[in-house]
Amino acid sequence: MTTDRKYKNKRLIWQLSVGVVFMFGFCYLLVPLYTLICNHLGINGRGDFFVRDVDPNVKADLSRTIKVDFSTTVHGDFPFVFKSVTHHLSIHPGEKKLVYFYAENQSAQGITVQAIPSITPDDAAKYLKKTQCFCFTQQYFAPGERADMPVYFYLEPNLPKEIKEVTLSYSLFDARQYLKNEKPYTEGRIDL
Amino acid sequence: MNLTDDMATAHDHADHGPAKGLKRWLFTTNHKDIGTLYLLLSLTMFFVAGIMALVVRIELFEPGKVWVTPEFFNQMTTLHGLIMVFGVIMPAMAGFANWMIPMMVGAPDMALPRLNNWSFWLLPFAFLLLSLPLLRELVGMASHLIGLNLFAGAGAAPDYGWTFYAPLSTTYGPDSTDYMIFAIHMMGISSILAAINIVVTIFNMRAPGMTWMRLPMFVWGWLVTAFLLLAVMPVLAGCVTMMLMDRHFHTAFFEAAGGGDPILFQHIFWFFGHPEVYILILPGFGIISEVVQTFSRKRLFGYSFMVAATITIAFLGYIVWMHHMFTTGAPYAAQLFFMYATMLIAVPTGVKVFNWVTTIFKGELTFETPMLFALGFLVMFTIGGFSGVMLAIAPADYQYRGSYFVVAHFHYVLVSGSLFAIFAGVYFWLPKWTGHMYNETLGKWHFWLSAISMNLTFFPMHFVGLAGMPRRIPDYALQFTNFNQIATVGAVIFGLSQLLFLAIVIRSCQKHKAGVNEHLPDNVWDGGRSLEWTRLPTPVPYHTFETVPEIGPNDTH
Repeated sequence: MTTDRKYKNKRLIWQLSVGVVFMFGFCYLLVPLYTLICNHLGINGRGDFFVRDVDPNVKADLSRTIKVDFSTTVHGDFPFVFKSVTHHLSIHPGEKKLVYFYAENQSAQGITVQAIPSITPDDAAKYLKKTQCFCFTQQYFAPGERADMPVYFYLEPNLPKEIKEVTLSYSLFDARQYLKNEKPYTEGRIDL
Repeated sequence: MNLTDDMATAHDHADHGPAKGLKRWLFTTNHKDIGTLYLLLSLTMFFVAGIMALVVRIELFEPGKVWVTPEFFNQMTTLHGLIMVFGVIMPAMAGFANWMIPMMVGAPDMALPRLNNWSFWLLPFAFLLLSLPLLRELVGMASHLIGLNLFAGAGAAPDYGWTFYAPLSTTYGPDSTDYMIFAIHMMGISSILAAINIVVTIFNMRAPGMTWMRLPMFVWGWLVTAFLLLAVMPVLAGCVTMMLMDRHFHTAFFEAAGGGDPILFQHIFWFFGHPEVYILILPGFGIISEVVQTFSRKRLFGYSFMVAATITIAFLGYIVWMHHMFTTGAPYAAQLFFMYATMLIAVPTGVKVFNWVTTIFKGELTFETPMLFALGFLVMFTIGGFSGVMLAIAPADYQYRGSYFVVAHFHYVLVSGSLFAIFAGVYFWLPKWTGHMYNETLGKWHFWLSAISMNLTFFPMHFVGLAGMPRRIPDYALQFTNFNQIATVGAVIFGLSQLLFLAIVIRSCQKHKAGVNEHLPDNVWDGGRSLEWTRLPTPVPYHTFETVPEIGPNDTH
């Protein structure tokens, strides 16, 4: 093998290896990229996690009425009751409503849970705005603790015309393995 | 024709030909030996994963019957898929690459022969690791029969489907998932090293005069495939690494409880997975191009368009992954984009199919086994392509998703596509490799049995799929019984016909080993245009092109 070819081989191997390492890194880059794009475009069907883009002076559009359904799931195998207090209601776009979700820790241990919202149809997700939600942070429940947790929300008036019904569903996950060092958002929570 | 040079060199080197015994295969750096090893591994795994497919089909012969437990059924579908994709099709294509690329570009060997040895020898251990949980389970079952309780409570083999979606494989995955993760790491490293080797060989080892547009289509197909591998195997490695971290290190990439998202898994998996399907088929396209032009005794029609189509398919392959995820609640704009981008792939693929047909048109055709497999490929791969276009149509996809229609689709492109291309390639080059002409009658039997039973197995799956039978389910509603029974009968015939293939290959290798010289012509099929036919003797000596050949315009396409 001539030295010239050896040099060319080496250079090409390095170039290809850099590409391989880059693609491995790119795989990890996809994680923040995904979160960023989904949150920015509001396309992951969860709606907003946080209080932002909320218009305090939003005007109700009385000409339209939208039916909103609430559903709940306890995801996984842990002794918890999780129900919506209101099962469905009718609101005008722009009208703010407060609803409660009941949760009860039936175990003898303290459990930290995280609720993950999902909005159907997907196209409605980015028009559902929450100013208060127990899903903003993890929630701690002492053994046997029961509470009503609030969601204060409205639908933006520019909600597409063809949407007549929106379902807001929450899955409750056991988050004990993923404890976050944050102050739980407990505003409006009614301990029972 | 200038055979004397190579014959002379072959003779000179006869005294330091291959080493004897096991050491030859362990330490070999010869591209032909390594190619053979890849093909043997592929053949072995083909029967292993084939038996798993038969277990699946036999369980589905009758509704309501529990011949194997649902848990074991899931392990069978999972391992069948993983092994067929990573252990059969990919190694077989790599085997052809090792055998043929150096000879086709006029190089004495691959550019990085020792690396080549390592990239092969990673594979048997990767697949041992992948199958270990199943072996453990089988030994446990057998020991139970004789009153021992070996490996009791050892847990299941991977059982979440070959796509190992989170959280099935993370939160709910059996312990053996870690075996699978490391097996995938190993085969990923193997594929990446092989791809680097192939790119360097094609870039730097071409003989003088072997310009880019004189490269045989097989070499082009593999060059593009190698770039696909380099781009997406690291993504798969990253994906399984994230799984490993989610399983053991309290990260939450795919775990909603910790702020992750299982849908992200599907994005990452299919970002790898869609280019992967082109990794499985593009080298096959190359083999079919070689076979079709040889048996038509014509130049390949529209060579430059074939090259352009291959590159276009690879490029489009990167931007269509979300068509596997239409029903995950993707935004409509994205569904539309991925639908149109996917349907666009039918254009370069159509260019290839039409060019093959045009190559055949008015050719001096003969119908030996390689050509039969190539023609079978043309017809049946196209059927698979059409059902692919059907699946690409987002509104219709909601009906097909997760049904047997998908199973029918990807078996048409993988069995009558990739696998038939591999069969065509083996029959095509086996005489060149061994110097022995395989038994043509048996070869024809193998083709016709395979082609008929393949359709018997997979065509009814379109119907049961459209009627609503879900995939990966060990039981089904009564109305699907007839079609499922036809499919099972087809599968058993298909499986048994492959024994013919095994016999044919073993016979050729035996004769080669015994040194039988049938004095086959150098250009065995009288129509081969690439260097292995025009410049090298039959059987090809252990070392070839040690003196660099000069390539002229008449040498190639």
